[in-house]
Amino acid sequence: MIRFSHVFKDYPKGAALKNVSLHVAKGEFVFLTGHSGAGKSTMLKMMYGDLRPSSGDVRVSGFSIGELSPGDVPRLRRRLGIIFQDFRLLDDRTAEENIAFALEVTGSRRDSIAPKVMRVLTQVGLAAKAQAYPQELSGGEQQRVAIARALVNDPTILIADEPTGNLDERATRGVFQLIREINAGGTAVVMATHDLDLVKQTTYRTVELREGTVVFDSGVDDGSAEDE
Amino acid sequence: MRLLFREALSAFRRAPLLSALSITTIGFSLYAVGLFGLVAVNLREALHTVEQRVEVVAYLLRGTPPETIAQASEDINAFPEVARVTFVSEDEALKRARMELVEFRDAYRDLSVNPLPASLEIQLKDGYRDAEHTAAVAERLKGYGFVDDVRYGREWIEKLDRLRNIAALVGLTIGLAFAAVAVVIIGVTIRITVLQRAREIAIMRLVGATNGFIRGPFLLEGMLKGLLGGLLAIGLCYGTFLLFRGQAELATSGIVFLKTQQVVLGVVFGVCIGLAGSLVSVGRHLRNV
Repeated sequence: MIRFSHVFKDYPKGAALKNVSLHVAKGEFVFLTGHSGAGKSTMLKMMYGDLRPSSGDVRVSGFSIGELSPGDVPRLRRRLGIIFQDFRLLDDRTAEENIAFALEVTGSRRDSIAPKVMRVLTQVGLAAKAQAYPQELSGGEQQRVAIARALVNDPTILIADEPTGNLDERATRGVFQLIREINAGGTAVVMATHDLDLVKQTTYRTVELREGTVVFDSGVDDGSAEDE
Repeated sequence: MRLLFREALSAFRRAPLLSALSITTIGFSLYAVGLFGLVAVNLREALHTVEQRVEVVAYLLRGTPPETIAQASEDINAFPEVARVTFVSEDEALKRARMELVEFRDAYRDLSVNPLPASLEIQLKDGYRDAEHTAAVAERLKGYGFVDDVRYGREWIEKLDRLRNIAALVGLTIGLAFAAVAVVIIGVTIRITVLQRAREIAIMRLVGATNGFIRGPFLLEGMLKGLLGGLLAIGLCYGTFLLFRGQAELATSGIVFLKTQQVVLGVVFGVCIGLAGSLVSVGRHLRNV
């Protein structure tokens, strides 16, 4: 699914990643932890083709990130679901329209869009708020819409960058539970988080980064980790 | 396709003020170009009217046989520069003099002998009414034995030449400058629209939209703005034209509006600028994110 092999990422100010190797198997759940600036976001950005490694190889869902052509980037992203701390919803569109948008831009057939949107809205528990605009929804609900949008293209990997960072405790629990359910359905999840309580609640694999290096990996495997 | 139009039109709905502002900006930029075009067209029209008065007159020796004159008229008519040759007989010359030179009417009335010679008046074709060609024709006319003298207002034509050159040069320079300013202003306007929607573009990319898909609505939006701006500019130009024509003094000098072709060209120019501005702004933005 995802494989980092001896990856370095250099910036003029210094290195963001130093010799990082990591393998995430199909259906696996991986927490990425570490302080701000440890390199979590850099790794996530590489996973969805927003950054390229300075050296080493990053492979995601069959694509080699270092060799992505401009046309490959959208193709890669259609196989991924990506969510962020700040939700990244379009404020002038309803929940339903925000999700439909992800299908429209990928050229889905018009008559297939509405049923798919309803399916994911139901999955995230927001079927009743399909017509609401983001500002009419709570933080937790907005993140659910963002998750629904990430799910609507049936991704094989969900990349989550601090998805609960802006949420209160109750909303955090709800959103995390939803992400776990998605993972239970067979989607691999890579979730960057600061929230150690969340990490401790589960037995999921945890990878800790410090100053661009992997300093801890609770579940180092040889790449043959069982699916689901 | 429907999505493309829906997205492009929704940009107007979502940011009506910015859209109105950019259309107005494009409109006024093109208005400046259009006004200058109007001035240039009218200046050229005026020069053309003056130019039409350029003619070469060959005064003939008394007693030249009519057959010789007829033969020569045919020859001269065949010169590449010549549009028309008119023979003015001695009697006609006198009649004209009596009509046109009112002050000398009495002097001409009591003449027993007509002092005025017959002449050939030669009108030149468009594009040959400059000093060089006029002088060449005059020189050739002097070669005929029965031609006594050739007049064509040399200094006046040379002045006209200079005026024409200056008008063309100034026209080209200012026209290009105005057009360049319009392109820059319109480019900036569209860039603002793109920046205003940077978040939306980032989200589109995130969910897997291709650059082509992202670009489409912007290009259409730019073209629509260019079209509306172009129409606005034409409206403003026409309003200004009517205002000027309304002035009695100017009405007599007969100012003209742009030809349909030029109007269409102006609007197409607007659409092209809108398109080019969007292409550059969105392209640059997509490369940078």
